Amino acid sequence: MSIFFLALSLALFILVLAMACTLPRLIKGPTAQDRVLALDCMYLNAMLAMMVLSLIYADSLYFEAALLIALLGFVGTAAMAKFLLRGEVIE
Amino acid sequence: MTVVELPLWAEITVGTLVFLSASIALVCSAGLMRLRHFFERVHLPAITGTLGCWCMVLASIVFFSVKEGSLTIFPIVIAIFMSITVPISTIFLMRASLFRARQMEKSVPPSINNQTRPDVWES
Repeated sequence: MSIFFLALSLALFILVLAMACTLPRLIKGPTAQDRVLALDCMYLNAMLAMMVLSLIYADSLYFEAALLIALLGFVGTAAMAKFLLRGEVIE
Repeated sequence: MTVVELPLWAEITVGTLVFLSASIALVCSAGLMRLRHFFERVHLPAITGTLGCWCMVLASIVFFSVKEGSLTIFPIVIAIFMSITVPISTIFLMRASLFRARQMEKSVPPSINNQTRPDVWES
């Protein structure tokens, strides 16, 4: 139990707190695009949390999970923005 | 939980960068609740995706380089990917939001091409 491990755990806790901070906007957000934005922010926070996990466990395998989360977040945001813009995802 | 023992300078660098990145993410997520208008809020995930992501990627590069004993730059793939996708999703969301706000005849930020619109806009 070193100071370094405590600092990484604190960063992980801060990131979870940040994910919790996006929840009110996701639930009550006045418009649909607010909810999409909150979901995008939550995806980014989850990706950063996954990278902190890769430092804590000293395992580079978590980077692939982080890359996957980033990819899915981008595809989801782009698809939902397209749906809000045109009413259809693929035309 | 960490099995590797890093030298002190590497621990300080990695810890500071990771903490900075997490703090930036927290500030941006808290601003999502605090800022009043959508067109102000739309920039916040972009800050997390550039500054926060770059700090975390630099920390990972230092960590894995010191751990492996040679230069390891594979985490930079995530930073490159984010630098491509974040502007795209931000512009997509902004255009969709502009379209919907104009359709509902709400006031939107003035266009920079067409200065005939009023410069004042409220939420």
